[in-house]
Amino acid sequence: METTVANQPYQVNEKGYYGHFGGAFIPEMLYPNVENLRDNYLTIIQSPEFQKEYNDLLRDYVGRPTPLYRAKRLSEKYGTNIFLKREDLCHTGAHKINNTIGQILLAQRLGKKRIVAETGAGQHGVATATVCALMDLECIVYMGALDIERQAPNVARMKMLGAEVRAATCGSKTLKDATNEAMRHWINNPEDTHYIIGSVVGPHPYPDMVARFQAIISEEIKWQLQEHTGKENPDYVVACVGGGSNAAGAFYHYLDRPSVKLVAVEAAGMGVNSGHSAATTALGKPGVLHGSRTILMQTDDGQVVEPFSISAGLDYPGIGPQHAHLFASGRGTFLSATDEEAVQAAFELTKLEGIIPALESAHALAALGRLGAGPNDTVVVNLSGRGDKDMATYMKHLD
Amino acid sequence: MNRITTLFKKQQQEGQSGLLNVYFTAGFPEANDTLRVLTALQNSGADLVEIGMPYSDPVADGETIQMSNDKALENGMTVKLLFEQLENMRPAITVPVLLMGYINPVLQFGIEDFCKKCAETGVDGLILPDMPMDVFLDEYKPIFDQYGILNIFLVTPQTTEARIRQIDAISEGFIYTVSSASVTGSQTGVSENMEAYFEKLNAMELKNPRLIGFGIKDHATYSKACEYSAGAIIGSAFIRVLAEANDLEKDIATFIKSVKAPSVATA
Ligand SMILES: Cc1ncc(COP(=O)(O)O)c(C=O)c1O
Repeated sequence: METTVANQPYQVNEKGYYGHFGGAFIPEMLYPNVENLRDNYLTIIQSPEFQKEYNDLLRDYVGRPTPLYRAKRLSEKYGTNIFLKREDLCHTGAHKINNTIGQILLAQRLGKKRIVAETGAGQHGVATATVCALMDLECIVYMGALDIERQAPNVARMKMLGAEVRAATCGSKTLKDATNEAMRHWINNPEDTHYIIGSVVGPHPYPDMVARFQAIISEEIKWQLQEHTGKENPDYVVACVGGGSNAAGAFYHYLDRPSVKLVAVEAAGMGVNSGHSAATTALGKPGVLHGSRTILMQTDDGQVVEPFSISAGLDYPGIGPQHAHLFASGRGTFLSATDEEAVQAAFELTKLEGIIPALESAHALAALGRLGAGPNDTVVVNLSGRGDKDMATYMKHLD
Repeated sequence: MNRITTLFKKQQQEGQSGLLNVYFTAGFPEANDTLRVLTALQNSGADLVEIGMPYSDPVADGETIQMSNDKALENGMTVKLLFEQLENMRPAITVPVLLMGYINPVLQFGIEDFCKKCAETGVDGLILPDMPMDVFLDEYKPIFDQYGILNIFLVTPQTTEARIRQIDAISEGFIYTVSSASVTGSQTGVSENMEAYFEKLNAMELKNPRLIGFGIKDHATYSKACEYSAGAIIGSAFIRVLAEANDLEKDIATFIKSVKAPSVATA
């Protein structure tokens, strides 16, 4: 995990901003909680005692380091050198647990008795319920009513892990609405509850804190790629972006290495201009969502637009403020993949490498043909999660 | 002088008891009801009115106000339409009028254009709970000042004394005292804990008057709040009245009168 106080152009500044984006746009009711976090998170996570517990759990419980796998047949197909960072092999099946392990240890040190979280695909909910079981803390997970339907296996897992799953029935009944409900819950329970946000979104310090917990991904990529190829830097790092936590972790140690192209892939749903899309940077404008100044999909009147994606984890109308900054500054390249392209990419990976990816991660794979990477280039794709939870969707395409 | 400041000055000079500030959502129950509800509130004895700008993601609001926001948006409400509806409210409307909402729609309208429109229509103040104090001070305050628009800040039972003092120092008009740690529409009433918190605020001798809101729903809660402050704010309870109203003017009058003085409730 990254613990140095960064003072680089793409990292958060002392006021909680990434360029023009970030900050803490929260009602006064949340101010004391967020201030408490802001004043304490760095001291807590930098303490040797925290570091040891966090790193031990990542190794012995999560199963880190996750492999960096040279995907030979996929590389042949695209005429370049592709490595897959296997976050799908983490305990619970996605990168989300890197963050929840960190935050549960933090919550304990802040003396919190209860955890609240939001979830889209259910991966963050499962990862949160898991660490709550591990640490014996009460766990409430808000999930959009629509997502409860389309991610049934993860709902069952959360319940078996002892979490209470509450349906968010307002708005689009997806991730943004679950996030609203989790924030309301936190407003109503300011003293005993910690809110474990599942991505690099929300008011400062959440985006920075979550990115630090996910930074382990690129920390490992550096030495693993060195072992494979003799150099730390790939030419491309590719990751899907819902809120952006797996991308933030995969980019983290490469932000200040300009030779490394950082490629973020958003969900285009049925097509960027179909009216059923979640391609935030293509469709959005600067504004405020869930406590930070960022880029979000909205009407001319400033109402948040309901996004659409086949992948519940990418079905979000915003992106984290750091990604907004990477986009606005040109440091990041933002592409998108449609539902159909993602499903195709998932089948392709399965056929060529025997790995069934999560639908979210399949969006990153779908961009491989568009990078312009050649035979001398090295491409790292962050395979953020595995496809077990998406089998119902994949089955529909089996013929 | 700003109508809000004038109102509180007058209250102090005349020893008038608790002011009643009523919140309603613009464009609710029907798109064209905004001015009608505002007028009925003034005629029924509301001392200030807070008009909510509906938003798709009102995180500080409970179910009742969320419902009114959704309905208003369905009715086609926008910030632009709201300013059109309020365009000719003065001089018939004499009470101070505040707009309350979330910052994103205001940002999309443009802070400067928004403040200018407020000044033109006769809006006196804004309550934007998710606008951070430092952003207000660094970026927007000069614009608010230029157009004479007051920004009303919130304090809660969890707000530290130092921060309350800071808020008091930069506030004008009044301070919005949130009664308990909750989103709007909680049913807790006024508990002993709250009374201790209100007393603490009184003892601080702040320069700004305070209005207490969240959980105020009837004469009992209103008068309890008034014991500790310059007045009270009613939101969700009034939205419920609007949602169930058969005759808007009559039902508004009955409710407001019942809150201010129960004896005339049936008059
Ligand atoms: C496997 C997987 N990848 C990616 C995401 C998207 O989140 P983020 O953009 O924060 O990585 C999710 C979210 O649920 C997920 O489950």
